[in-house]
Amino acid sequence: MTSYLEFEKPIADLEGQILELKKISAKEEGAVDTADEIARLEKRSQDALVDIYRKLTPWQKAQVARHPARPHGLHYIEALFTDFTPLAGDRNFGEDHAIVTGFARFQGQPVAVIAQEKGSDTKTRLKHNFGMARPEGYRKAVRIMELANRFGLPVITLVDTSGAYPGIGAEERGQAEAIARSTEKCLNLDVPVISIVIGEGGSGGAIAIATANKVFMLEHAIYSVISPEAGASILWRDSARAKDVATAMKITAQDLLQFKVIDGIIDEPLGGAHRDVDAVMVEAEKCIAEALKEFEGKDGAEIKRQRREKFLAIGRNL
Amino acid sequence: MNWITNYVRPRLNDMLGRRDSPENLWIKCPESGEMVFHRDVEENQFVIPNSGYHMKISAKVRMKHFYDDGEFEILENPQVPQDPLKFRDQKRYVDRLKENKAKTNLEDSIINATGKLEGMEVVTTLHDFTFMGGSLGMAAGDAIIKGFETAIEKNCPLILFAASGGARMQEGILSLMQLPRTTVAVEMLKEAGLPYIVVLTNPTTGGVSASYAMLGDVHIAEPGSVIGFAGARVIEQTIREKLPEGFQTAEYLLEHGMVDMVVPRQELRPTIARLLRLFTKAPLPATSESPSDDSVDISDDADSANTEDKTAETKSDSDKPAEG
Repeated sequence: MTSYLEFEKPIADLEGQILELKKISAKEEGAVDTADEIARLEKRSQDALVDIYRKLTPWQKAQVARHPARPHGLHYIEALFTDFTPLAGDRNFGEDHAIVTGFARFQGQPVAVIAQEKGSDTKTRLKHNFGMARPEGYRKAVRIMELANRFGLPVITLVDTSGAYPGIGAEERGQAEAIARSTEKCLNLDVPVISIVIGEGGSGGAIAIATANKVFMLEHAIYSVISPEAGASILWRDSARAKDVATAMKITAQDLLQFKVIDGIIDEPLGGAHRDVDAVMVEAEKCIAEALKEFEGKDGAEIKRQRREKFLAIGRNL
Repeated sequence: MNWITNYVRPRLNDMLGRRDSPENLWIKCPESGEMVFHRDVEENQFVIPNSGYHMKISAKVRMKHFYDDGEFEILENPQVPQDPLKFRDQKRYVDRLKENKAKTNLEDSIINATGKLEGMEVVTTLHDFTFMGGSLGMAAGDAIIKGFETAIEKNCPLILFAASGGARMQEGILSLMQLPRTTVAVEMLKEAGLPYIVVLTNPTTGGVSASYAMLGDVHIAEPGSVIGFAGARVIEQTIREKLPEGFQTAEYLLEHGMVDMVVPRQELRPTIARLLRLFTKAPLPATSESPSDDSVDISDDADSANTEDKTAETKSDSDKPAEG
């Protein structure tokens, strides 16, 4: 079952018709020749998909980025890494499932992995707290980065969160401080950090693990200082204006590349990452491999300096 | 608030060399309801004399009280591109900036200054809340970086006075990028072996608390300040529960281990000076009173009087830091 977004209605209708026809032709073999009709509809549906996805608005991109069937952190871990060995806990308070961490091999090379995970059904969404991490999630990330640094292993982070969790306990345990320390740790490492925003890059909750030597975004991912809904309720006092804020705030991968905030865009298959997960994984793997290659043989001080200079240059190079 | 009050009146006052006179000579204390004469509040660093309520204070007035003899030098802020997003909400962002510049006589929300604190050279980086809620954008980010660079050049400590609602939404992702950018500056200061003191004032939230404002060597909070990451309203809407009493206040953070101390505004100067002398192994100033008079009262009585520390009475003597 594909779940369609509101603006995908024309595609949903066509694909529904195709499905119906296929059912009929399967039941009554040879009775009616549906092949031509199916081919015609498939062509139309394909055209509609091309047409819609060629000019997605920022708000539509936000919906694609949050699509329930979009591949999440764990999908990437499964597809891109071998020997994945999850490590849990911040050694301080608890284990936060909103951020999955561990060590694994990427194309045979040992690396650290830090991935935000939203969950993909009610049960797992609750387990992963919809990808909204608490302080212990960021403190666990710090712990993993320290380990990676000690053993000289690159860090790969996969960013996908609507933001850090706003709760009483999270505040009491120092959400702000935990995010600040995680960003600080990213900046301190002698090993390369490669980040990919695979869905939503939600503000401080994202930057805490995305202060990387190389930052990439998926074609339809978004990355912003505040969610369009929250931005609308503050700037317009009307969360229904989220669509306008999404446009005004420039949250798409294409915008961020133009502002030189990110280093590159990973192409998604037509109709979004969820329509062909394998294709996305191939692209993501290529991207990570190339990025890692750039840092081969470089010494720690140089890697650290590159990361700092890159961030200091943001905004000065416009 | 309109064009006249925000733009025309300050300009007229500037031309006539007139100080913006307070519209109301009497100030009502938000805590006790007491009416207090404006000048009494002003002379008391905008702390209501009887209730001890800490009002907001402008960056410049704060510095006048903070530096020796009220003398300091303001650093010029770096120039940055304005409004790269061409942002518009209910107003155009460029217009909003213009209005705020006229209203506050400031370039943006950050001021850096240098001067002497009890004879020691220090750099201060201050948020001015009156400029768009002290929000952090590209101009503020670059100003903060300059403050840290200046401290490194002068080989002296940096003191941050935070007062900000967080990142400036009108600059979108470029405001979020100020979190790692300012963190680079903090790192450079730390690597230079220089102390970084953070004073958290009302309010310090969002992206500012989630970066340089929570990375101090010492965190000092002004009484009653709201300090946190997410706004109280957002939390209430998310969890659909009432928030505990005093949630996200300076005293609450002290209780939860997120700040080192809660210090009234009038005590900031001696407290920070004492810390800096300790950190930099500086000798006691010749003019100071005896060190025992200067040091903090660490008795539980003093503690409970200030913060109503509920656990204070159950603490045993062994909890006290070793004396002497």
